[in-house]
Amino acid sequence: MTPVVAEGLVKRFGKTEALRGVDFDIERGRVLGVLGPNGAGKTTAVRILTTLLKPDAGRAIIDGIDVVKEPRKARGRIGLTGQYAAVDERLTGFENLEHVGRLFHLGTGEARNRAHELLDRFSLEFAADRIVKTYSGGMRRRLDIAMSLIARPSVLFLDEPTTGLDPRSRLDVWDLIEELVRSGTTTLLTTQYLDEADRLADEIVVIDHGEVIARGTSDELKRQTGGDQIEVVVEDPADGPVVATALAEWCCGDAHIDVDSNSVVVPVADVRGMVPQVVRLLDENSVKVRDVTVRHSTLDDVFFSLTGHTTASEDAGDQPEAAE
Amino acid sequence: MTITFNEAFGAPTEEVEVPTGPKWLLRDSWTEALRHLRALPRNPELLMFATIQPVMFVLLFAYVFGGSIEVPGYDDYNQYLMPGIFAQTVLFGSAFTGVGIAEDLSKGLVDRLRSLPMYSSAVLIGRTISDVVRNVLTFAVMLIVAYLVGFRIEGTIWEAAFATFLLFAFSYAFSWVQALMGLSVGSVEAANSAGFIWMFPLTFVSSAFVDPENMPSWLQPIADANPFTIVTNACRALYNGRDAGSDPWVALAWAVGITVVFAWLSARKFASSASK
Repeated sequence: MTPVVAEGLVKRFGKTEALRGVDFDIERGRVLGVLGPNGAGKTTAVRILTTLLKPDAGRAIIDGIDVVKEPRKARGRIGLTGQYAAVDERLTGFENLEHVGRLFHLGTGEARNRAHELLDRFSLEFAADRIVKTYSGGMRRRLDIAMSLIARPSVLFLDEPTTGLDPRSRLDVWDLIEELVRSGTTTLLTTQYLDEADRLADEIVVIDHGEVIARGTSDELKRQTGGDQIEVVVEDPADGPVVATALAEWCCGDAHIDVDSNSVVVPVADVRGMVPQVVRLLDENSVKVRDVTVRHSTLDDVFFSLTGHTTASEDAGDQPEAAE
Repeated sequence: MTITFNEAFGAPTEEVEVPTGPKWLLRDSWTEALRHLRALPRNPELLMFATIQPVMFVLLFAYVFGGSIEVPGYDDYNQYLMPGIFAQTVLFGSAFTGVGIAEDLSKGLVDRLRSLPMYSSAVLIGRTISDVVRNVLTFAVMLIVAYLVGFRIEGTIWEAAFATFLLFAFSYAFSWVQALMGLSVGSVEAANSAGFIWMFPLTFVSSAFVDPENMPSWLQPIADANPFTIVTNACRALYNGRDAGSDPWVALAWAVGITVVFAWLSARKFASSASK
């Protein structure tokens, strides 16, 4: 059974359409990255799947349970880490975990055991009896994720898990999520960071303005939008066309000759292992090469070519989601 | 189904039974109440301010106004005043309910709780119960101070117990009013002001501090009809061992009515506050 299915999800807030028919599913043990700028509809989709919000149309299924029809049953299957670290600052780390365990109806003993297990696993045992108010941002986030795992959820939702963290804590959280994923937890991860999706997700759906505009693995997406580039800078401007012809075999798209900078940019599908051949070929053609640069396409390029804007440039204020 | 197993994180549980029934509603509510009660001793400022204000009121009214205010039927103003201050204090204590709920909302904690397989109304019930417990502590402090300034319980222990029960039933009812406000306003600060502001006219335009007979004629009927007047009169009569008439039962009816209506409204609001 596919643990997560979203079918034609539509959600309106007044006149704004936050979601306009979003479909995706996640296979058991896989990580789906939902990528998009602020206000794209990522959080709205997560809130529907986690029973916090009712869709205006479409279906959301967790482990075969319709989340609208049987919300409490669905809640027994999921763990949610929202955008804010949802921890009770007045309690200790241990108490926070124990509390959530009890609300999952684990017995007292099991709730405590799980709390210790997770504190240990998340390197928080040293601060187990400290009040959460004294925790750093990274520690809170780790505790927050631990809290969503207390009842061994079938599906884990991580809504922008590293937003607002410093780079160091971000790497910590990444390590944690990677380990989590290796243990087989089906995960939906939303992020506006392309490198995050690139690193953690098996599959990515790109959402913009409430619609899925692309999907696939990170590599597939990169290929779909042109892939890598080789840039050759030549000594003699006359050599430009020679280079373009010589590399035509690998070129996928249009080679671009820039006369001012004496450079030729050739889009290629996959640049790996290509450089020695390129250099040899140019040498055979007696081209005097000043420089060869290789550029791997990033998800940033993908995002830009799909949406016409970068993830950061989107105005967060025009959709209500960011404020919720 | 092939799932790699990892001891610490654990494989997904195969089948989770979500228990239902009133027993689990109570258990969830108590778990939530414990969340707040555990935190109580760690925030001494909150407890201190919750006690300082009523103690201040006891002292100010007893010594500043005590000499000037005469009330018919009572030789000692303290005997008249203290039940009114008790009632006012436990009512003010209910404001913490709204503030606390607004705080949980603003921190995203409500989202987490709503995503758990618990009874979601337990979030509100637990909060209101914990506020009653805190109110009992405040009341105990105030009772001691009242004794020190000369107040004496002259009714039987049963009358006093009934009066005290009425006080808490009334403050519990208003906790639900505050819960609705906490869910409705956008921020903790707003919950704070919105929660307190209307309680001043509610408690002062009443028989709590003075005899409404001496109020302007247009204000008198308001004070007389004020449920706060009724609960104060009931408690005052019971603590002083006098005939309370039907007041205790009318006060109780008010408390039950307010609780039912506002608990229902709050539960509805709670469900939709997460459904934005």
